[in-house]
Amino acid sequence: MSTTSTTHDDHADHAHEPTGLKRWLTTTNHKDIGTLYLILSLAMFFVGGAMAMVIRAELFQPGLQWVDPAFFNQMTTMHALVMIFGAVMPAFVGLANWMVPLMIGAPDMALPRLNNWSFWILPFAFTLLLLPLLFGMFGIGGGGPAGGWTMYPPLVMQTGDAFPFLIFAVHLMGISSVLGAINIIVTIMNMRAPGMTLLKMPLFVWTWLITAYLLILVMPVLAGAVTMLLTDKYFGTSFFLAAGGGDPVMFQHIFWFFGHPEVYIMILPAFGIVSQIIPTFARKPLFGYDSMVYATASIAFLSFIVWAHHMFTVGMPLAGQLFFMLATMMIAVPTGVKVFNWVATMWKGSMTFETPMLFAIAFVFLFTIGGFSGLMLAIVPADLQYHDSYFVVAHFHYVLVPGAVFAIMAGVYYWLPKWTGHMYNEKLGKLHFWLSAIFVNVTFFPQHFVGLAGMPRRIPDYATQFADFNAISSIGAFVFGASQLIFLYVIWSCARGGKKATAQVWDGAEGLEWTVPSPAPHHTFDVPPVVR
Amino acid sequence: MSISIMRRAWATFAALALWLGSATAAQADWAVNMPAGVTAISKEVYGLHMLIFGICCVIALVVFGAMFYSLIKHRRSLGVKPANFSHSTKAEIIWTIIPILILVGMAVPAADTLVRMEDTRNSDITVKVTGYQWKWHYDYIDNGVSFFSSLAASSNQARQLNSGIDPYTVDNYLLDVDNPLVVPVGAKVRLLLTASDVIHSWWVPDLGGKRDAIPGFVNEFWFKADKEGVYRGQCAELCGRDHGFMPVVVNVVSEQEYDDWLADNGAQPQAQPGALMAVAEAADYTAEATPVAAAPVIADWSLDLAMNQGESLYNTHCAACHQANGQGLPPTFPGIAGSAVATGDISAHIDIAINGRPGTAMAAFGPQLSDEQLAAIVTYQRNAFGNDTGDVVTPDDIAAAR
Repeated sequence: MSTTSTTHDDHADHAHEPTGLKRWLTTTNHKDIGTLYLILSLAMFFVGGAMAMVIRAELFQPGLQWVDPAFFNQMTTMHALVMIFGAVMPAFVGLANWMVPLMIGAPDMALPRLNNWSFWILPFAFTLLLLPLLFGMFGIGGGGPAGGWTMYPPLVMQTGDAFPFLIFAVHLMGISSVLGAINIIVTIMNMRAPGMTLLKMPLFVWTWLITAYLLILVMPVLAGAVTMLLTDKYFGTSFFLAAGGGDPVMFQHIFWFFGHPEVYIMILPAFGIVSQIIPTFARKPLFGYDSMVYATASIAFLSFIVWAHHMFTVGMPLAGQLFFMLATMMIAVPTGVKVFNWVATMWKGSMTFETPMLFAIAFVFLFTIGGFSGLMLAIVPADLQYHDSYFVVAHFHYVLVPGAVFAIMAGVYYWLPKWTGHMYNEKLGKLHFWLSAIFVNVTFFPQHFVGLAGMPRRIPDYATQFADFNAISSIGAFVFGASQLIFLYVIWSCARGGKKATAQVWDGAEGLEWTVPSPAPHHTFDVPPVVR
Repeated sequence: MSISIMRRAWATFAALALWLGSATAAQADWAVNMPAGVTAISKEVYGLHMLIFGICCVIALVVFGAMFYSLIKHRRSLGVKPANFSHSTKAEIIWTIIPILILVGMAVPAADTLVRMEDTRNSDITVKVTGYQWKWHYDYIDNGVSFFSSLAASSNQARQLNSGIDPYTVDNYLLDVDNPLVVPVGAKVRLLLTASDVIHSWWVPDLGGKRDAIPGFVNEFWFKADKEGVYRGQCAELCGRDHGFMPVVVNVVSEQEYDDWLADNGAQPQAQPGALMAVAEAADYTAEATPVAAAPVIADWSLDLAMNQGESLYNTHCAACHQANGQGLPPTFPGIAGSAVATGDISAHIDIAINGRPGTAMAAFGPQLSDEQLAAIVTYQRNAFGNDTGDVVTPDDIAAAR
């Protein structure tokens, strides 16, 4: 791709711009907002991670040693909410904010003030979400929500004072996501550089475009569902309460109509990131670009017709179970296409293995393992055994941790030189990778075994035959958790200084983002580049 | 990346593969793989599980094989010049069609098994299973035997926070109950599942699966155990604080033992006509339906007697939340010691015990316990933990308040 670009780095023009805290509060710059999202996400990653450490500490041995079961349930519930809505989703939005305008040659996001608002809603949302838990730890109030992140009624109705906090926090996160998604769609549709047709867009932009549509379609569904919970609890309605003629299973249908596309919201941008990184380090164009785009779109479509595979045990008609089984199995086809294309991109390349590439390769390997267990879970008769066991916990952690989270880390290492103008410490980056890659498996692989052997999920204590694998899993989790401190240090030290990065950064990198200097100036592409 | 790192990666991978291999070899040990179980269906399910696992392993071998070959051979450090191809319609069609064929191949036997799993006709015994926070209630609707099944006392003691009891010294820690479900071998047992408070899920891996117990719904599940024995499982749907502590135990016995057991537990002669009606009205039975562990009717009611009875009943039914020392886990689970309810108006106290507190985890114990049991518990709560009100609540007080 041949491009021209004009950058603009004349700070004299902006002498009137606020500095310090006010700069960050009032910023409408896509790079600033991207940074804010990424910092929030990193903070939440450690908050959610700390909760995971509590969970694994309690599960280290049979018997209850550390926490009360009620607090344990708060930990599992909050760990999921914080990791999904606080760590993974904002990380992707942050990456989109930074990279989408740079990749399509736009000067900024299309709706910069909306962009500011979408971010600044989030700190308030997480304050609301975490407040009851925090107060509970100091003996004030009933603690955080403990009914699971899926918020199934009637159990969620037993939540104490944390209930309205939970509902309104979810509402706020939903508003933030929808606004962010609108912004991304409008930007991609209207602000591409001349000559950048849809099928010339980088894959990361494509996957985010599709993800943004998913967000707009499903976040309002979640908002509706939790609003019905709110009125059931405080205003005497009975949408989901059997005693008043309502239907608790209806909530699950509505929730998973949101929840399954949500799963793809957390993985499609990851596909995009990996599809940027592998060609760079294989020094070879992405194999099957068109089929990658179509596969992404197919996965997005299928995500709307498979929701009930999360609830095969609620007692569905036979025809319903068969339909959802077949539809779910179909997802393996476009997902397989993607994996084959990544391998074909590596094939006969000239590969080097810098940290971003290592994370991307681990993503392909370990996400595929999560995909296999997903395929197993689709088989209804077998699912009736797997369902709500640790096998499911292993499955979704494989697609979310070495899946989504590894892709985010790959993206951070890949673009960090562009953001900071410095190369990160490659040695520490590799150390971070190897510790993470090994111990993520030590943590989650044994969970397949205990799940198959009959250990249900979301329990604070277990029968003694599950003890050995749980101990291994806990040790894995502690080391994995501790290794993330290296990640924190690498980012911090890279922001502070280091070897100067070139504009191109990686010798195999292609695309508009590599035509601007490193660090990317505050304003880029004031004059649109031309893509031929 | 240096060769030494690559070697390290290989060593890790090899270790993982070895570990996987040894795990598969040890699959007879049920702590590693899904149990094949003791019903025809559970064996089919196990077969499906192993089939799809095998297929996944083969695909993994091909895909990861290609990937690792490429990672070793196609690296810049070996001086490889990158190829420049970016698509191949033929390859892409092949790797779209082949997975579809494999999927069809897996869907057919799965659908076949599913059809048989869903066929609940011609059952020999029907048991209604009701999930409570946090115990199960079994109701043999053909002959009127019904009882609660809760975590065994030994496990219950050991599982308290810092109990000081080593779980390894407890038989079947967390997988043992006071009253197991008893069924005859070779009989097709149909379960009708519902719940009184929140959603639970009845799961015994050896019996081939699980089914949710949902308030307001009656779900069906069936099994036909081929082999006598004790089969253990757990509630599989998060149902609140003690979700991890409501095991399922099924005792599969011979026909003769089953008949004896029924007779011992006050079975009434075959099916009352109203039995099925009762099923539709979920959670609508009273303790008069002969709970196995019901307290004997007591002739002369006294404070001492009530306190005596009340303590053990309190520990079984109340202590999970309100704690054995009556301190509770405030504010979600308020204490009994010195509480306004337990030291104030008696009728308000009785009302909460019978009808529960909607919107909280406080269940309605009216349908679960007899007048005597409730009277003992309320009396105990009003006099234990330093409450010392001196009040004696009689079974008649409870009956009047119902």
